[in-house]
Amino acid sequence: MPLKDFFGKRKKYASIPSEKAKVDVPEGLMQKCDNCKQIYYRKEIIKSLYVCPNCGYHHPMTAWARIESLFDEGTFEEWDAGLTSANPLDFPDYENKIKKDRQKTDLNEGVVTGTGAINDNKIAFAVMDSHFRMGSMGSAIGEKITRAIEKARKESIPFVIFTASGGARMQEGLLSLMQMAKTSFAVKRFRDSGNLMISVMTHPTTGGVSASFASIGDYNFAEPGALIGFAGRRIIEQTIREKLPNDFQTAEFQLAHGQVDKVIHRHDMKTTLGKILSLHADGR
Amino acid sequence: MAQILEFEKPIFNLKEKIKELKSFTENSEIDLKDEIQTLEERLEKLEEDIYGNLKPWNRVQMARHPDRPTTLDYVERLFEDFIEFHGDRFFGEDEAIVSGIAYYKNQPVTVIGHQRGKDTKENIQRNFGMPHPEGYRKALRHMKQAEKFHRPIITFIDTKGAYPGKAAEERGQSEAIAKNLMEMAGLTVPIVCIVIGEGGSGGALGIGVGNHVHMLENATYSVISPEGAASILWKDAGEAQRAAESMQITAPDLKKLDVIDQVIPEPKGGAHRDIDAQAAFIDRVLEKSLNELNKLSPEDIVEERWQKYKKIGSFQTV
Repeated sequence: MPLKDFFGKRKKYASIPSEKAKVDVPEGLMQKCDNCKQIYYRKEIIKSLYVCPNCGYHHPMTAWARIESLFDEGTFEEWDAGLTSANPLDFPDYENKIKKDRQKTDLNEGVVTGTGAINDNKIAFAVMDSHFRMGSMGSAIGEKITRAIEKARKESIPFVIFTASGGARMQEGLLSLMQMAKTSFAVKRFRDSGNLMISVMTHPTTGGVSASFASIGDYNFAEPGALIGFAGRRIIEQTIREKLPNDFQTAEFQLAHGQVDKVIHRHDMKTTLGKILSLHADGR
Repeated sequence: MAQILEFEKPIFNLKEKIKELKSFTENSEIDLKDEIQTLEERLEKLEEDIYGNLKPWNRVQMARHPDRPTTLDYVERLFEDFIEFHGDRFFGEDEAIVSGIAYYKNQPVTVIGHQRGKDTKENIQRNFGMPHPEGYRKALRHMKQAEKFHRPIITFIDTKGAYPGKAAEERGQSEAIAKNLMEMAGLTVPIVCIVIGEGGSGGALGIGVGNHVHMLENATYSVISPEGAASILWKDAGEAQRAAESMQITAPDLKKLDVIDQVIPEPKGGAHRDIDAQAAFIDRVLEKSLNELNKLSPEDIVEERWQKYKKIGSFQTV
């Protein structure tokens, strides 16, 4: 099935995340930039991959929109689509929250994994989606990512992950913290087997996700303006009793501090990744 | 005298009363032996009732007790010839983590642990046991050295978390922790981790990926502090007790969830009431762990660790 039909049927990019935008403008026709507040036709902003034509602000993308922007037509295949959270701690209201987000996002969990080709380079991938429980990592996300990395290792293909997460999922307690160890273990096995791992940090990548797989690719990239960091700004400000600069923990800040290899504009993402993947394929 | 927590006050009130009666008996003609015996029996039962039924929040209080023993308290009791080494070779020295080599029952080992201070001055010096990236990088440097010289690694976990500061972010707190997780995964020597106080999130896990992970009975290990969880979930840090219960952060809970290997008992009233006894309890479990792990080949050590972490998690398919 061609990729376009697949998405056409499921209408994966039908709605834009911002709650504000939903209230301010009629759904489906106009879209307001979260940053500069300019109003655009939705068609226009979708065409520009949710990058504001005026100020260049990179709006968070749904996993499906991201996937569509990356893969060559007809190459996408999803893995473990039905995997979702249980409620191991019987945490109050957790199942309900998961259920709501499953309806809201048309995802079963905050990550989509699978395989596809970027400019003829076959890869395994994981794309996180911050619209599902803030992209927080629970057992299901940890398991999907671990399985995807293991499969990439067995098939000896590169693994590319797009991160978008507020951190670990509190409602799964320590089980969610342990997903950091589990996924990092999988990354270790993968990288030691001579395969290429690329991490692309998108807005936001913080807490437990930034302190595990997001930061240990062979290359760590970031989208412009993305919030990337370990601790939250408010906590840091309270701790050090000091106002932090505006650009603190942005992709550009991380680049300046030597924490990311490159900041890549969304419009250049497919081409740049394609070049890097090709170069590594030629080196083998 | 150790600070007395609210929930254990009845015990100490009763102890006080028994003491009074005893001294009264000594100085007078009246014999109160029977009364004293009754009270002592009641004390025993009261201790059983209180310490035997600690609520999660009581354990949080125990784990945070100002007199709770720290890594170095155990190091001096469990190891011989401990020599501490410093520095990450990139940026600096972080005294929130101590690290060195020693003998454990005649076997050379590497010992690493979070280190809180005993008083305000030492706490400032050690940043309250909350490491910066250089702490994690120092730990990793020593772990790699342990691997090179075939020494098992023993880590003591006791931190509120990795330090949430500006400099820590600038120097890559995330990367430092992530790298430790990844590298600890692949180390070919046994790793035994023991949570002795607070296990605070990624800051704890940064030296906590082990073949065996044990926890003291009143230690806690949590993805976020109960106060933090409460303020996010219910917009009220005052709901911390409820969060502590919901998140299942105590040793018995985590044993049930199969996230830790063994619960190490504490002396009655907590580790701070008898540090020697506590060290002996740890000793027993540590010795058993190392005896088991020492038998494994380097490949099996890594494989055993992978099998352990691979299966952690609970999910379903729809």
